[in-house]
Amino acid sequence: MKLHNIAINNLRRRKAKVCFLVIGLLVGVAAVVALLTTTQSMAEDMAHKMDEFGANILITPRSEGLALNYGGLDLGGLSFDQKEISQEDLLTIKTIENAANIRLVSPKVFGVFETQGHKVLAVGVDFTSELALKKWWKINGTAPKLDSEILIGHDASERLKAGLGSKLDIKDYEFTVSGILESTGSQDDSLVFMSLPGSQEIFDKKGKISMVEIAALCKNCPISEIVRQLSDKIPTGKVTAVQQVVEGRMDALHSFQRLSLGISGLVLFVGAMVVFVTMMGSVNERTREIGIFSAIGFRSSHIMKIILLEAFLVSFSAGLLGYLVGIGVTYGILNALSEHSPHLTLDYTMAVGSVFLAILIGLLASFYPARAAAAMDPSEALRTL
Amino acid sequence: MNYIEALNVKKEFGEGDAKVVAVSSIDLSIRQGEFISIMGESGSGKSTLLSMLGGLLSPTRGFVKIEDIDIYSLKRNKLADFRREFMGFIFQSFQLVPYLNVIENVQLPLAVTHHSEKEKKRLALSALERIGLKDKALRLPNQISGGEQERVAIARAVVNEPPILFADEPTGNLDSRNSEEVMKLLMKLNSEGQTIVMVTHSRTNAEYAHRIIEVADGKLKYSEAPIKLAV
Ligand SMILES: Nc1ncnc2c1ncn2[C@@H]1O[C@H](COP(=O)(O)OP(=O)(O)OP(=O)(O)O)[C@@H](O)[C@H]1O
Ligand SMILES: [Mg+2]
Repeated sequence: MKLHNIAINNLRRRKAKVCFLVIGLLVGVAAVVALLTTTQSMAEDMAHKMDEFGANILITPRSEGLALNYGGLDLGGLSFDQKEISQEDLLTIKTIENAANIRLVSPKVFGVFETQGHKVLAVGVDFTSELALKKWWKINGTAPKLDSEILIGHDASERLKAGLGSKLDIKDYEFTVSGILESTGSQDDSLVFMSLPGSQEIFDKKGKISMVEIAALCKNCPISEIVRQLSDKIPTGKVTAVQQVVEGRMDALHSFQRLSLGISGLVLFVGAMVVFVTMMGSVNERTREIGIFSAIGFRSSHIMKIILLEAFLVSFSAGLLGYLVGIGVTYGILNALSEHSPHLTLDYTMAVGSVFLAILIGLLASFYPARAAAAMDPSEALRTL
Repeated sequence: MNYIEALNVKKEFGEGDAKVVAVSSIDLSIRQGEFISIMGESGSGKSTLLSMLGGLLSPTRGFVKIEDIDIYSLKRNKLADFRREFMGFIFQSFQLVPYLNVIENVQLPLAVTHHSEKEKKRLALSALERIGLKDKALRLPNQISGGEQERVAIARAVVNEPPILFADEPTGNLDSRNSEEVMKLLMKLNSEGQTIVMVTHSRTNAEYAHRIIEVADGKLKYSEAPIKLAV
């Protein structure tokens, strides 16, 4: 018989006790893992959602002259040297270095037409990307599916007296109103949206694009870098970042990250305390046994070896099981919180970290009571219950 | 030369109003190879005295010397080594490790020695044979009777054949037949050269020893002179 046999026999022959101990520690570890991974993937989710929320990069035609507008007021003259972006250039967007950060690309074609004595601005869009970009849009009816269908803004529909299903003539072509936007409070209210190919056809802008709105993920990459890369690729366009959007988004993300960091810290502390107190209590209970070892002539180091080996085995399994349980719980939480099933990645760092931390705390918590018991006179230790 | 020597040892527990003087000022000398019985009423301080002699309890005052070494001046590790090599201890309440079976409990003092595993097992089995419990070697302490536990505790104390054996009521839980067996075993160990200090309530058992001392109220009440041993 060697010292490690003593430790192993204890774990083997007191299964119920060891089970309770492992469960106690496991609960602490699992709680930490669950909360950390939940906040982590919520932060990621939030970043994703925000990045899709409206454009943060604009590509407009490169104009030779200076802009002739101020505060949104068009002072005229712009249309004379108004150039257009070549649609071919847009294919290069996906080839930039940070292409992975480009979330949505929504090209647009503008055209003015007259109907019932009103001048109206029509916008040709790719409805799939436009709807993804403008998540706040609420449509009565449906978004256009055919080139002959249009979506009209709230104000435009009132002004033109165009209800759902009514017909509208635009430059000799007949369109059906398939959807009406609820009031957005933005320029969209007075616009008429139609399909991109349709607008290019009727406004005679084949292969040309008036403007591109881009939503880029900006969690880790600087938007200005993406802007630079896009500028290099699109000679016919002028690429600008919508600064307010970029900064506001970063602010929101940072404050959420700070919040989740604070929660994580608190949870980590509480979990550590649970593990610490549980382990310490279990070693404290064994003062008498330690008294026997000491009376028989084991040195402190021999006793520590037994106790710490046990603590290691117990906290190792508690850490591992706690991680798995924590991940399971997180999966449950995320499933309940979001409608679409969550994408949960098994984080290697988190697994190693939780096992390592459980062992570290388990050993620390056992060390002090074991050392205190080993330092007692054996007779005294033997008296404790 | 005196082998074990207590010089003016005193032990107090607690402080202030709760202070208990368990042993007050005892001088005692024990020779090598001697078998000595300590008697006295319950609470008179016998166990306290025995613990101090055996290196398990540091005295409040005074010294314990074994082979002229002041054992309580030793560093903790040295004192532990000393206990392991020189002393076997049979406790009043057995003190078996509940999750180790009989043979593992008996082997416990060998867990940190350099014997081979085979040798450890052989020593443990021979100690178990002496106390007649070889057939229950694989039982856990809670699967044997109180008397059997007592005998396992004895086997554990003698397994590494220490030169000194301290026994606190080794027959307290045994019937007269088993009790006699244990006394015969102690006599045999003593005749092989082991020094034995035994606490007992039984006059009959005390008579097996070379010498009887009596403790009352933490003091030596009666002490026979050490006998001359025919070495
Ligand atoms: N750790 C302790 N704390 C406080 N009092 C103690 C402690 N150990 C012993 N005592 C007291 O010291 C006195 C002597 O105790 P001890 O155990 O030595 O008696 P004993 O002679 O062995 O009795 P018994 O025959 O019942 O075993 C008793 O009054 C006891 O209550
Ligand atoms: Mg006693």
